[in-house]
Amino acid sequence: MLRALKLEPEKCTGCLQCEMACSYENEGVFNPALSRIKVFMFHESGSFAPYTCTQCEEAWCMHACPVEAIVVNAATGAKDVLTDVCVGCKVCTIACPFGTVNYRQDTGKVMKCDLCGGDPWCAKACPTAAITYVDIADTGLERMRAWAQRGEASTARFNAPVPKDLQNFERVES
Amino acid sequence: MAWTRKVLRVNLTRGTTTVEPLNMEWARQYLGQRGLASKYLVEEIDPRCDALGPDNKLILVTGPLTGTMASTGGRYSVVCKSPLTGTIACSNSGGYIGAELKNAGWDMLIFEGKSPRPVYLNIRDDKAELLDAAEVWGKSVWEADKILRRKHQDPNVRISCVGRSAETGCLYAGVINDLHRAAGRSGVGTVMASKNLKAVVCRGTKGVGNIKDPLRFMQATETAKKVLRDNAVTGQGLPAYGTQVLMNVINEAGAMPTYNMKETQFPGAHKISGEAMHEPRASDGKPNLTTNAACFACTIACGRISSVDRGHYTIKNKPEYWGSSGGLEYEAAWALGSDTGVDDLDALTYANFICNEDGFDPISFGSTVAAAMELYEQGVITNEQTGGIEFRFGSAEALTAAAELVARGEGFGRDLALGSKRFCAKFGRPELSMTVKGQEFPAYDPRAIQGMGLAYATSNRGACHLRGYTVASEIMGIPEKTDPLQTAGKPELVKAFQDATAAFDSAGICVFTSFAWTLDDVAPQVDAACEGEWTTEKLLEVGERIWNLERQFNLAAGLTGKDDTLPKRLLKDAANVGPAKGHVAELDKMLPHYYEIRGWNEQGVPMPETLQRLGLG
Repeated sequence: MLRALKLEPEKCTGCLQCEMACSYENEGVFNPALSRIKVFMFHESGSFAPYTCTQCEEAWCMHACPVEAIVVNAATGAKDVLTDVCVGCKVCTIACPFGTVNYRQDTGKVMKCDLCGGDPWCAKACPTAAITYVDIADTGLERMRAWAQRGEASTARFNAPVPKDLQNFERVES
Repeated sequence: MAWTRKVLRVNLTRGTTTVEPLNMEWARQYLGQRGLASKYLVEEIDPRCDALGPDNKLILVTGPLTGTMASTGGRYSVVCKSPLTGTIACSNSGGYIGAELKNAGWDMLIFEGKSPRPVYLNIRDDKAELLDAAEVWGKSVWEADKILRRKHQDPNVRISCVGRSAETGCLYAGVINDLHRAAGRSGVGTVMASKNLKAVVCRGTKGVGNIKDPLRFMQATETAKKVLRDNAVTGQGLPAYGTQVLMNVINEAGAMPTYNMKETQFPGAHKISGEAMHEPRASDGKPNLTTNAACFACTIACGRISSVDRGHYTIKNKPEYWGSSGGLEYEAAWALGSDTGVDDLDALTYANFICNEDGFDPISFGSTVAAAMELYEQGVITNEQTGGIEFRFGSAEALTAAAELVARGEGFGRDLALGSKRFCAKFGRPELSMTVKGQEFPAYDPRAIQGMGLAYATSNRGACHLRGYTVASEIMGIPEKTDPLQTAGKPELVKAFQDATAAFDSAGICVFTSFAWTLDDVAPQVDAACEGEWTTEKLLEVGERIWNLERQFNLAAGLTGKDDTLPKRLLKDAANVGPAKGHVAELDKMLPHYYEIRGWNEQGVPMPETLQRLGLG
């Protein structure tokens, strides 16, 4: 079974724990500027939205890459960047319709989400379950349930921390 | 480690910026943020200097956990001498700019002197430059934020900024960051504006590394987050209702300061409570509260994002206020609401927007308006002084008009901008000012919560709930329940809260975590992040050292033990309703013993052996 990152903006509080977890796992530093996932804030509507690569099946970035530096990870379904092969031409950053592949000035390569090899740290770190890692066929299940239940009175939204087991944040050195 | 070990010194008189290494000897004694910047301030300024003159300094400071995955690790503080109180000032804020400063590589920014013309500091990682602020001077925080973002063409910058209230000398102006988070109290924004410094614009891309033991740090922060999510207050109450979860609780306890603290219960409390913010309004069916929101790294998310009813008189013709922004927290709701007798939730939300937009403290502002209302009802001030506004208790129109006047520094707003103490003195009724050391009270009547009376009287920045929040014990039973109407044991309780809070404030985390965490939860996180050995005992010692350091500054600034007191109203006039009916604040039963356990003499001066023990001798 493949799994996918399920993003639910309505549950996001804008804490950026996901961005720090991402940069820490991938770069060994707490640094939102190096995160593969980004949280956007829309002040006047009072909304937050996490956003990252959806791992397209026919990935534009992968097809555009002239040196085949972006490859399918069979175990996770992620489109991984082979940094040794990447030449930093940035064609993938142009090809991606969603903007989720980005160039890094310090390394001269591109970076994108690789699902942390099947154990995405953003999902582990999210306190409100706005980011979860679920069966790829079931990402719509909760939303279907919510629509099925519609008709509740209008009340304000709030997001509380979700009880869960302690996470293992031991880093795997790559 | 965890510290970046870099300090940026900005001389505004000369227009220079210089980099210096962080004094690690002081970091080991004071940890960071509140403690560390207070040490720098004490070493660098004359405590008797004019707070609004060039000899005062303004320090923006982060803590060692700021910018890390520790829950709430996004705090920064603004430290200087206060123009409102004459004491040391330290105002703490969340939002995102604290982490951004750290990500840019700075532990601390020290501003000294005074710029000959308005400037702002632009930081991008190691590069820092002073730029001309002519186009944003005279603008509100919200306008300036837009202009600066447009100018720098970078959606990722974070901005701290002062508003027009600070520029026009309001003595309780704060420094606003991220549009609606505030280093709010004691006039730290007034000091910033007095230096002709309008804003700090920051973008940091370096991140926070150098964690002493990364794996242990990740485990410690994860364990501590679990404590927060399993706790009823931080896991449920605060996300759902924000600090406004307290409005009905404190009112029930008869500890709700009402009508300039004449009374201790407010009949309209339920209309302005956290619960009321969830209720659909009649006009459009939407609740006041849009969503809760977190500050950087916070897994509690108590922040309120609210909107005002578009049909409300305050914004009917002002579409610029139709969106959502920072909503009412308990302190603002109380000061703007109960203390002035206004129970119109939309009016309070609008007044709160104005406080954020032009950067002034809603506690001090609301309390000063309440004093003005009492003077007006007594006939001491009339329409002649107020410019025709009828300043009666309960008047939403008076409240919102006053907010607009203070925001712009116009008309009667100039008087209200003095703060309650100077305002009441100006009109010959100093006893009606509900202040300690010139700072207005927060939302807990000390007649009904005795420990808070002592906490207010001895707070190093004047009346304040964030220096020793014994409400946690006396009302909420955290860590254990004490009787709010008894004085026995309160000196020990106040001291314990004061010392622990100073340590929380110096780590870079939010004091609201202390509803669930004790220093036993904080120490493993600090110890895994920072070089040296950080135990609970050491953090408590650091807290006590900070408390005595601040005290020494205040004594050197000319304050004495005589300033450790409360207004006569609270000491002599018994509460007339609620559970505390018949009680006054019994400060005299607590203060001598407090001095004793602090190791201070009868005049409230730290004894030589106390100073020696803490390394302050």
